[in-house]
Amino acid sequence: MKKMSDVTLTIDGKQIKVPSGTTVMQAAEKAGLSIPALCYDPELSIAGSCRMCVVEIDGMNNLPTSCSTVATEGMVVQTKSKPVIEARKMVLELYLADHPLDCMTCQKNGNCLLQKYAYEYQVKDTPFKENKHRYPIEDNNPFIVRDMDKCINCGKCIRVCDEVQGRNVLQYAYRGYDTKVTTAMDVPLIESECVFCGSCVAVCPTGALLEKKMIGKGQSWEVEKVKTTCPFCGVGCNFDLNVRDGKVIGVTSNPESEVNGRHLCVKGRFGTDYIHHPERITTPLIKKEGVFVEASWDEALDLVSKKFLAMKKEYGNESIGALSSARCTNEENYVMQKFVRAVIGNNNIDHCART
Amino acid sequence: MRSLKLLRNDLKEKYHSISKPRITIGMGTCGIAAGADKVKDALYHAVAEKGLDVDIEVTSCIGMCYKEVNVEVALPDYPPVVYGDITPARVTRMLEEHVVGNTPVLEWAEFQLENGKHTPYQDISSMESSDYYFHQTREVTSRCGRISPENIEEYLITDGYEGLEKVLMTQPQKVIDDIKASGLRGRGGGGFPTGLKWQFAHDAEGDKKYIVCNADEGDPGAFMDRSILEGDPHAVLEGMMIAGYAIGADEGYIYVRAEYPLAIKRLKRAIKQAKEYGLLGDHILESSFSFDIHIKVGAGAFVCGEETALLNSIEGKRGMPRLRPPFPAVKGLWGKPTNNNNVETYANVALIFRKGTEWYASIGTENSKGTKVFSLTGKIAKTGLAEVPMGTTLRQIIYDIGGGIQENKRFKAVQIGGPSGGCLPEDKLDIPVDYDSLIKVGAMMGSGGLVVMDEATCMVDVARYFLTFSQAESCGKCTPCREGTTRMLEILNRITSGEGEMEDIERLERLARVMKTTSLCGLGQTAPNPVLSTLRYFKDEYIAHIKDKRCPSGVCNHLLTYSIDAEKCIGCTACAKACPVNAITGTVKKTHEINPEICITCGACMEACHFDAVIRV
Amino acid sequence: MTNSFKDIEHTNLIFLIGSNPTEAHPILGVKMKKAIRNGAKLIVADPRRTEMADLADIWLPLKPGTDIPLLNGIMHIILKEGLWDKEFVENRTENLEELKKTVEAYPPEKVAEITGIHVELLYQAARLYASTKDASISYTLGITEHVTGTDNVINIANLAMLTGHLGRENVGVNPLRGQNNVQGACDVGGLPDVFPGYQKVFVPEIKEKFTKAWGVELSGKLGLTIPQMFDQAIEGTIKGMYIMGEDPLLSDPDASHVERGLNSLEFLVVQDLFMTETAKLADVFLPASSFAEKDGTFTNSERRVQRVRKAIDSIGESKPDWMIISELSTRMGYEMNYTHPSKIFEEIAKLTPIYAGIDYERLEKKSLQWPCPTKDHPGTPILHVGAFTKGKGTFKGVDHKPPAEVPDEEYPFYLSTGRRLYHYNVTTQYSESLTEYHPDELAMIHPKDAEKIQLSKEDKLKVTSRRGEVVTAIEITDRVAEGTIWMSFHHKDVPTNVLTNGAFDPITLTGEYKVAAVKIEKYRAE
Repeated sequence: MKKMSDVTLTIDGKQIKVPSGTTVMQAAEKAGLSIPALCYDPELSIAGSCRMCVVEIDGMNNLPTSCSTVATEGMVVQTKSKPVIEARKMVLELYLADHPLDCMTCQKNGNCLLQKYAYEYQVKDTPFKENKHRYPIEDNNPFIVRDMDKCINCGKCIRVCDEVQGRNVLQYAYRGYDTKVTTAMDVPLIESECVFCGSCVAVCPTGALLEKKMIGKGQSWEVEKVKTTCPFCGVGCNFDLNVRDGKVIGVTSNPESEVNGRHLCVKGRFGTDYIHHPERITTPLIKKEGVFVEASWDEALDLVSKKFLAMKKEYGNESIGALSSARCTNEENYVMQKFVRAVIGNNNIDHCART
Repeated sequence: MRSLKLLRNDLKEKYHSISKPRITIGMGTCGIAAGADKVKDALYHAVAEKGLDVDIEVTSCIGMCYKEVNVEVALPDYPPVVYGDITPARVTRMLEEHVVGNTPVLEWAEFQLENGKHTPYQDISSMESSDYYFHQTREVTSRCGRISPENIEEYLITDGYEGLEKVLMTQPQKVIDDIKASGLRGRGGGGFPTGLKWQFAHDAEGDKKYIVCNADEGDPGAFMDRSILEGDPHAVLEGMMIAGYAIGADEGYIYVRAEYPLAIKRLKRAIKQAKEYGLLGDHILESSFSFDIHIKVGAGAFVCGEETALLNSIEGKRGMPRLRPPFPAVKGLWGKPTNNNNVETYANVALIFRKGTEWYASIGTENSKGTKVFSLTGKIAKTGLAEVPMGTTLRQIIYDIGGGIQENKRFKAVQIGGPSGGCLPEDKLDIPVDYDSLIKVGAMMGSGGLVVMDEATCMVDVARYFLTFSQAESCGKCTPCREGTTRMLEILNRITSGEGEMEDIERLERLARVMKTTSLCGLGQTAPNPVLSTLRYFKDEYIAHIKDKRCPSGVCNHLLTYSIDAEKCIGCTACAKACPVNAITGTVKKTHEINPEICITCGACMEACHFDAVIRV
Repeated sequence: MTNSFKDIEHTNLIFLIGSNPTEAHPILGVKMKKAIRNGAKLIVADPRRTEMADLADIWLPLKPGTDIPLLNGIMHIILKEGLWDKEFVENRTENLEELKKTVEAYPPEKVAEITGIHVELLYQAARLYASTKDASISYTLGITEHVTGTDNVINIANLAMLTGHLGRENVGVNPLRGQNNVQGACDVGGLPDVFPGYQKVFVPEIKEKFTKAWGVELSGKLGLTIPQMFDQAIEGTIKGMYIMGEDPLLSDPDASHVERGLNSLEFLVVQDLFMTETAKLADVFLPASSFAEKDGTFTNSERRVQRVRKAIDSIGESKPDWMIISELSTRMGYEMNYTHPSKIFEEIAKLTPIYAGIDYERLEKKSLQWPCPTKDHPGTPILHVGAFTKGKGTFKGVDHKPPAEVPDEEYPFYLSTGRRLYHYNVTTQYSESLTEYHPDELAMIHPKDAEKIQLSKEDKLKVTSRRGEVVTAIEITDRVAEGTIWMSFHHKDVPTNVLTNGAFDPITLTGEYKVAAVKIEKYRAE
C-alpha cells in the first residue's frame, strides 16, 4: 500500500493537518467544527444528496458537499460563510415545506436531526406553503411504523439495507417531488422481502421509521438506556434497553457495540417484549393435589430444601440431577453447578449445550 | 493492416456513375411524419404503372424540415435535383416531366447538386447558393440526406472509416494530441475540451475501459443527434472506435432513448454491417485493435442525459447522478475508466481525422472550433436542422437561415440550451454563438436546440413551461432540485394565475441562487436558468402579472377577460355554440354577451367568431 | 470458535457446513455477506437451499447425515492433487498417514454416490477451499446434531489442518454456538465431567483445588448427562431434579421419552419465567427474573465475555436465578452469601484459569475473549497460534456411519429440524410482536411431495415417526429436497421433538435432531 502523506488545509481560518484521503467533513470535525449533515453516515457509502453539509472552497464552482470532497494541500474552506448559511437554511425551508410539523407529539421529538438543525439555524417557518405529501401511515406489521410524510429522502435506509444487510429491500421510486423510498412495487414492508432487522429504523434521522411498540411510551429525554447483551443466539450482540418508569419499553441499537455496531436482527430489536408478558409467573408456586397454588418464597424454598435434604438422606447423593441453562448468565450457571457439586454432592449437572 | 483504399475505389466506380434514373426519398423521422411513406408508395405505384426503369432509394433528413417531404431525382449524366413539399399527388407530374421528359419541375425544385461533371440545369440554384444553405457549413451533417444510412458502402465511398484507418497507424497519445490540437469541445452542452477528457481516461489505470456515447437527447425541441444517428450512424461508430483506440478501451455503449426507434434500427444495422466488413469486432482491419459496441435503450428520463446517471442506467440501476469526484474518466461504467461524449462530438471526431486537425481548427472562433448543428424550432419561419461555423451570430441563424419569424410577427426571444439554458432578447442577437459568449449572457450552448419565440409569447409562461419540465424530470436525489423545482413551479403557477406577490420575485431569486450553487448535478444547477434569464431580460412581464394582474402577451388564461364588441356582433350564435361552458347568452341576430363568472377564458369563442367581435384583454 | 467474527468479515473463503446463519445467527450472516460483497468466495454444504446457498459460489446439497464422506472425498482430492499445506502438516500435525489411509477409500465417484453430490462439484469445492490462502470453516448444529457429531467435528478439524487453515488471522474452524450463553454455561462448569474452565472432575489435584476453595468434600465421579438423567429417572435411580431455565420437554429429542422420565420423578423443581411444558409437571415452580432484571455476563461464540446489565427491578416477586440458588443453598446448610454477581465472577476468575484476568471493572471498558489468564492480558481473539493446546494436532481418520434412522418403506421421508429467523427456542413464543408476525409452525415440504398427497398451502400435514405424531401447517417450497420435511421446534402446539430420534452421539450425547425417518399424510380433521 502506498504510504499516506499528510495534507494541510485551512478551515474557517484554522490550519489543520490531516492524512491524505480525509474528507473536508472529517477534517472539520478534527478541527472541532461540526458540519450539519442528514444523509451522511460514517458506516455507509456517501450519497451527497441532502446538501446540508455544503461548504465554500476557494477555487471551486458552487458549494461542494464536505462529506464527499477530499481535502487537498492548501485548500481553503469556509463552513459558515453567507452563501453556505443561506444554502443550509434554504434546504431546511424546503424540507419543512413538505414535513408535518407535529414535533410536539412525534416519537422522535428530541432525537430528530431535522428538528435539531431547524433549531440550530432558527428556521421557524417556510415560505413554501402550497403542497405537502399526504401518504397513508404504514403500520400493518408488528415491528415498524413507516410514516413517509416524515421521510426526507436521505436514503440511509436504502443504503443500510443494501450495504450492511445485503437485502436490498428498499429503493427510490417515482420521480422529482414524488420521489419516495419504497419496496419493490411499492408494497408494504410486510408483503416485501423485509426480514425486519430494523437497521433502517436505527439509521433514520427523522420520525419516518419508528419502532412500533415504543410509540407513545416515552419521549427521548424520559427514557433511560441500559446497555446489555442480547439474550437470543450465540452471536452476542449488544443493545440498549430503553427503560421508562421501571418498564422496558423497547430496544435501540448502540453504535458502541463491539460485535454488532448498530445492527440487530428482528429478535434482538423487537423480541424482548416477552419481559413484561402477562403470562410471566411472578410468585413461587407449589403443586397441591395436582394444582399449582401460590406460595411465599419461604414456603417454597423451605419445601425444596427439605425435600432435597430428605432425598439425599433416603436415596443418597446420586439421586438428584440438575439442569443449568445456556440462557442464564455465567454467574448463575456457576452458582448452579456449585450448588450441585457442593450441596447436593454429585456431578449430575448438565444443560442443553447441544442445541 | 488491411487497407480500405481498393475497396473504396471499387465502390466509387459502382456508385458514382448511375445508368438509370434514381429517385431518393428523405426518410428521417421528420420525413416519415410528413408522409414520406405515402410518397414512397405513390412512387412505386406510379413507376410500375408507367413501366419506368427507375431505382428508388432512401436517405435521411437533409435538414429542410419545413419542406418535407424531400425527394431527390437524378438522371444519368445530369445533376441531381432536390424537391421540397412533395406529396403523393405531385409524384406523377414529377415523374412525367423530370424523369420521362428530363425537364425538372421548377416550382417545386429547391436546388440542384452540382458536381462539376455534369452541366447544371438552368434556373435551379445550387445547394450552396440556396437560401437555406448559403449561410451553412455542412461538415458533420454532410452525409445526412445525401447517402443511404442503411448501406455501409455509401459511407465508405464518402471516405468513411478513413479517419479510423489513419488513427490505427499512429500511437494512441498522438490521437489524443491531435484531438487537443483540433480544439474540439464536447457538443453535449458543457463544452469541456474533448482531448483533455480523453487524456484523463487514457491516463487512468484500469484493466478494462469503456467508451460511452450519450444519445439521450432530451431537450425539448432538440433533434440534432437524432438526425445524425438516422442520417450518418457510421460516423458515430467511427468516432467511438477512434476514442476507444485512443484511451485503450475495447468496448462501447451507445445510450439511446427509446423514443428514437428509427435511430436504433439504423444503428443496429450499421453495427452489423461494420462487423461484416471487419470494421468492428476483433482485430479491426487486421490490426491489434479490437472493439465492440452495444446499444442500451434508455427509458426516457431526461436526467439520464447527465453522464453519471446515464452510467447508472446502463448498469441497470435507477438513473440518478453519482457524486463527482471520482469522475467517470477514473471510475465510470462498472467502476472502470470511461470516456463519455455525445453523438455530435463523436461525429466530429471522425470528421477531424478524415480531414485533418489543421483544417478543423481553421473553422470557428478562437476558443470554439468547428461547426455546431442547431435545430431550429418555435415560431421561426423555416424549421429544420442547420449547421454553421462557431461564431455565427444568432441573428444570422434565425434570420438568414431560418427566414425570420413566422407570419412576419415580431421576434421576442430565443431560448437556447434547453431547460438548462436561457432566453435571450432581441439585443443579444448579435453575439457570436460560441461556448463562452453564451455563458456570459446567461444562456448556454447546450446541445443545440433553438426555440424562437414571437411577440405573442409570454415569458413568464415560458419559464413556467421549462420548470414544469425540470420539475417532472428531476431524479429526486438531492434536496435543492427535488424540492426546489417544485416550489419554483408553484410560485410561477401562482404568478401566471394572478395570485403572485412582489415577494415572489425575491423568493425565486433566492431559490435559484441556492439551486444553482447547491444542487448535485447539472440538471438541478441549471434548472433555474429559464427563470433567471427571463427575470433578467423580461422582468416587466413578471411585474405586469403580479401588480397589474395582466398578461401582456395574452397567454395566461387566468389573467384574461373576454367580451363581445356590440358594434361588430351580428348575432350569428357561432360563439355561443363553441363555448364549452355555456357562458355566452344571446338570441339569433341579437348581440351576444359573455358572463365572466362562468367564462373559463379558453378562447374558443374568439376562434369561432368570423367578425372579430370577441375582444380579449 | 478458533477465530473471531472479525476474521469472518475479512476471510477470502467461507466454507459453511450445516449452518444457516442468516436465520440462526443473523448478525453473523450480515458479516458473512459483507465478506462476500468484498469478494470472498462461499461454499455451502446443506441439504436445504438456504439463503446462503443462494449466494454460494458452490452449493453442495448433500443427503442428510453424509458429512463425513463429503469431507473425506474433499480431502481425498486435496491429497491426490497435492493441494495440502505440506509445511503446516509437517510442523504442526502428526498422524497424516492414518488420515491418508482412511480417505483413500473415498474416491470422488463413491462419495458422489453416498452424498448425492456431483463429482465435478466435489472437485471444484476441494480445489477452491485448498487453494484459497485465507479460508475459514463455519459450522453449526447441522454438524453436531448427528449420531456422528463428534466424528463430524474431528473431520472438519482434519480438513482445516490438512490445508493449514488454522492458527492465524482470517482462517479457522468456527462452530457457531446456538444459544446466547452455551459457551459460558460450558465455561463455568455446567457439564457433568468438568469443573469451571474445563477442569476434569476426576483429576485428583483439581478436585482437591475445588474442595479447598468450596470447603466441602466433592465427588470425583463423572456426573450424568441429560439423556442419562432421564433414562435413570425412568429406571428409578434419579428421584429428584432441579431444572433451571430449560424446557426439555419441548426442546429435547424424543419428547415422549423425556416426559416419561419427568413423570417418573418423585420431586421436580422448575425455575423459569413462564409456565413451560416442563414446568407444568413440576412440584415446585420458582419464578426467576429475566435478563433485563439482573447483572451478569454472557460469553458468546467467539469466547467473548460481555456484560448483562440490570435495567429494571425484578418483576413481581421473581428473583434472579443466582439469588434463588444461593438462598436455597443457604437453607440447605451451605452458606452462599453473594451480594452481587460481580462477587460470583470474582470467584469464577479465581478458580478458572481461562477467566482469571477478567473482572467487571475491565468488562465495563471493553469485552474480553478468553483465554485471558492475567489482569494485563488483552484476551485471545485467535486460538492455536503457533501451537495447538496439546502440542501437535493429531489427524484421526473417520469413517462414514449412516444416521441411526434412515427412511425406509414405512417411514419414507427424512425429517430435519432447526431454528427460524423469527423465533428462538421457546421464549419468543411470549413475544407478542414475533408471534403476531410468525404465529405458526410451517413445515417445509417440496412441491412434488405436496402434489403426491394433494396437499395445498392451506392444508395441514400430519407427520408421524416411530415415536409420535404432530399436525402442522406447511410451506410448500423447493428449498427442501424432495423426500425431506423440515421443521422448527419453537411452537408448543406443534411439538416437533415428539418426532425426533432419541439416538445420541456416543461421546457428547447430543441428540440426532437433524435426521429422523417420518411418514406424512394430509391431515383431515375428525
